[in-house]
Amino acid sequence: MSGFITIVLILLVFIIIYQIGKAGEYAAVLREEAKSKAATNRTIAWLLVAFFILGMYGIWKCNQLFEGKMLPPSASEQGVNYDSMFTVTLIVTGIVFFATQAVLFWFAFRYQSTEKRTAFYYPHNNKLEIIWTTVPAIAMAALVAIGLRNWLNVTSDAPKDANIVEVVGKQFNWLIRYPGKDGVLGKRDFRKINDATNILGLDWNDKDNMDDIIAQNGELHLVVNKPVKLIIGSRDVIHDVGLPHFRMKMDAVPGIVTTMWFTPRFTTTQMKEMTHNPDFVYEISCDQMCGKGHYSMRGTVIVETQAEYDAWMAKQQSYYAMNNAPAAPAAGAEQQEQKTDSVKAVTMK
Amino acid sequence: MSTVIIDGPNVTQGIQTGTEHHGHEHHEQHFIWKYIFSQDHKVIGRQFLVTGIIWAIIGALFSVFFRLQLGFPDQTFPIMEKFLGDWAKGGKLSPEFYYGLVTMHGTILVFFVLTAGLSGTFANILIPLQVGARDMASPFMNMLSYWFFFAASIFMFVSLFVQTGPASGGWTTYPPLSALKEASLGSGVGMDLWLISMSLFVVSSLLGGLNYVSTVLNMRTKGMTMTRMPLTIWALFFTAVLGILSFPVLFSGFVLLIFDRNFGTSFYLSEIFIGGKALPHIGGSAILYQHLFWFLGHPEVYIIMLPGMGMASEVLSNHSRKPIFGYFAMIISLVGITVLAFLVWAHHMFVTGMSPFLGSIFVLLTLLIAVPSAVKVFNWLTTMWRGNIRFTVAMLFAIGFVSMFISGGLTGIFLGNSALDIHLHDTYFVVAHFHIVMGVSAFMGMFAGIYHWFPKMFGRFMNNTLGYIHFFITFAGAYLIFWPMHYEGIAGMPRRYYDYSAWESYKQFISMNGFISIVAIIVFFAQLLFVYNFFVSIWRGRKVTVQNPWGSPTLEWTTPIKPGHGNWEGEIPEVYRWPYDYKDDGNGNDFIPQTTPLRPGEESH
Ligand code: HEM
Ligand SMILES: [Cu+2]
Ligand SMILES: [Cu+2]
Repeated sequence: MSGFITIVLILLVFIIIYQIGKAGEYAAVLREEAKSKAATNRTIAWLLVAFFILGMYGIWKCNQLFEGKMLPPSASEQGVNYDSMFTVTLIVTGIVFFATQAVLFWFAFRYQSTEKRTAFYYPHNNKLEIIWTTVPAIAMAALVAIGLRNWLNVTSDAPKDANIVEVVGKQFNWLIRYPGKDGVLGKRDFRKINDATNILGLDWNDKDNMDDIIAQNGELHLVVNKPVKLIIGSRDVIHDVGLPHFRMKMDAVPGIVTTMWFTPRFTTTQMKEMTHNPDFVYEISCDQMCGKGHYSMRGTVIVETQAEYDAWMAKQQSYYAMNNAPAAPAAGAEQQEQKTDSVKAVTMK
Repeated sequence: MSTVIIDGPNVTQGIQTGTEHHGHEHHEQHFIWKYIFSQDHKVIGRQFLVTGIIWAIIGALFSVFFRLQLGFPDQTFPIMEKFLGDWAKGGKLSPEFYYGLVTMHGTILVFFVLTAGLSGTFANILIPLQVGARDMASPFMNMLSYWFFFAASIFMFVSLFVQTGPASGGWTTYPPLSALKEASLGSGVGMDLWLISMSLFVVSSLLGGLNYVSTVLNMRTKGMTMTRMPLTIWALFFTAVLGILSFPVLFSGFVLLIFDRNFGTSFYLSEIFIGGKALPHIGGSAILYQHLFWFLGHPEVYIIMLPGMGMASEVLSNHSRKPIFGYFAMIISLVGITVLAFLVWAHHMFVTGMSPFLGSIFVLLTLLIAVPSAVKVFNWLTTMWRGNIRFTVAMLFAIGFVSMFISGGLTGIFLGNSALDIHLHDTYFVVAHFHIVMGVSAFMGMFAGIYHWFPKMFGRFMNNTLGYIHFFITFAGAYLIFWPMHYEGIAGMPRRYYDYSAWESYKQFISMNGFISIVAIIVFFAQLLFVYNFFVSIWRGRKVTVQNPWGSPTLEWTTPIKPGHGNWEGEIPEVYRWPYDYKDDGNGNDFIPQTTPLRPGEESH
């Protein structure tokens, strides 16, 4: 009922405005049309000027509003270049933005129709056109040059000593696999996946898998100032490892391995101090639409010192050990001794 | 019942003189053939327009629903339950349906409104009238084009009501999400209907496009050389070329997807474990679909943009009472945009793990496309310089078009540079970028066209007061909605999230999202005001009493006020000069129609 009344009310308002508008127009036609048209024209011209001024004020206000809500300085070394390149691009486009918008509104106001004015017949000017083809072309070339240097830098091969961590997306959480002591990630096969005991489909015939550690809570531990290379994959649909604080992002595609590498600059603790936010946390957001839980596909990154990392690592148990009873194949026996009889894996929904 | 195929000579008799044409005499047509299965390009154009408007209302209403959820995640809106039933139990959208609405919103506005509703309308109405033809090259195919679109519409509409909901993987519908029923509710029947609908849409688009191209190439009146065509025609021509060359690629992408969904093939699928079991597919590439999609997807954004560019050029020039500045530069930049539009698609895929070298090439080509875009902007500005500007509603929308195009084009420069795109990809920065250029700017071009050519379409004017209100609310609202989104995107806020409350990094934007939602709702009502103005003015608007109300040199204004099927009584006029001769004709007019022969000693443009 209330919906119906609202609709009727809206229609009524429309009808009233329409009728007033129409009456006004007929009145204008009856009176001297030319005169009233001129008056309207002047009003609109002023409205456009007002729009421009309010708009510029609004931009300024908007900047203030967002100050302090934006990201802290890049948490990765690679992202530092991103930040400076962003600033350069912002300055270049900002100048063009203000100049062209100002000219647009200024011309509209300055050359509004009046009785005295006649338009200037000015169909073309080759010189002008050449100038404003080449200047943008040069500006673009400069931006491309900066961009490609950074792009090739970010996409270059990871340093040999980089830590390796695997990040695998699934609906709707992140699985993180560390290579363990041997520093090598073992083979996995999607046909071996089993949500209870082998969540990533590790191939137990591959010895490299025996010490691999899997974190199912989506916590990615990294060492500050140590390059890390992420091996990225997906179990089901396309996801995307989004690391906004590090200015990094890479799709997780089923059937394809993608990688990205970077060097964290600040530990989580340092970031908490820098942002004056005790709750600060590096988050991994899924940046590729992946289904109904897409918006909740959250992981976290914990950047710590080597000592903290080592201490944390020492407490972890290999996935193999967690999921295989002591009577498991001999290959596993030599690996780790502190086996628990826990067979269950915390499966996330 | 008389024949509907009309050829030249008969038409001359079929059309009476005077302001109103009622189509009697021996060409009396039944209502059905005259207004429904019509082959008259003007009727078909209006059919596209009205269908487009209906879709626009639906698509915009969806955005109101999901903006309510996004802006006020902890509130309930019982009114939504009334509209959406179980999908909004207790007045709160379910995540599945939220994504369904977002997907439908995108699909509807991109394809049904800004492709069919825009090119369908203006290519149909303007091409024959402005090049001097009695109708399209094939009126029958032209009619089919509308009816394929209509069929596509039916399928899409039906998909809203199936039990598992409409497609919900985003308007780009990337597999495997869209390929596997287990992956999401919307990947069930809803997705099949989406694919059928879009396939029909491709057919419609091709039938229309082939017609537009052949009409422009073959059916121009005497003297209408290519370089005497208005820029609207050039723009619509290249729009059609883009569509013809790229829609088939999309179609092939859809066919493979249909096979993967229903016949067990593995074009896009490989190594997937879902719904508790490993699927047999091996060796496919999910990225292949993205290549096929964006090979259309990028040209598509220019399919949406070019008609607006053409119409804004026309309207800016006409209401500034000045020739468009740099007519040839405008054509060359259209050519540049058309060619480059085919060579930049992978800039949507910079973070899919593509080869860095390939990425570099796409960066170069993408930023290259900013050059012709810039040239167009400078030429529009110079067109206004030292003009004699009349602020009609159409002119205001053309100015708004330029302003929005500048704003949105500039953010493209950030996104086109892969090193910056890594961070900005799939954030609200992208959402802001494409809504400003492709959404608002293209809509502004469309509105400029509607307000400008409404007198030609319906023989009446739209109400100006309502038009001015419509313009200022839309213009201000669009900036208020999309400007703040840039900041959110720069802060990394991902797009297509149902709720940000759980995110430490993004929850500070919830109040801003609420503000955006409120403005979006206001703007929605301003659009309803337009719709009201549009339909009421068809029957009640102020009547057009002069043949050429805007003082325009182009051919459409040499037809009767309400042209019948066949457009001109008697001979089609001959053309002697370019379409932008805004100079003193010696009789106190500030323009010279294209049909006026050159005066002795006068040089053609
Ligand atoms: C200066 C010219 C332009 C450049 C350099 C440019 C560049 C880009 C880039 C690189 C992206 C991908 C962003 C990402 O997903 O990370 C993008 C997205 C997009 N652009 Fe542009 N663009 C330009 C103009 C336009 C125009 C004129 C339109 C429309 C008429 C448009 C419509 C779109 C759309 C719809 C998307 C997003 C599609 C999606 O992911 O859903 N762009 N643009
Ligand atoms: Cu995901
Ligand atoms: Cu693109």
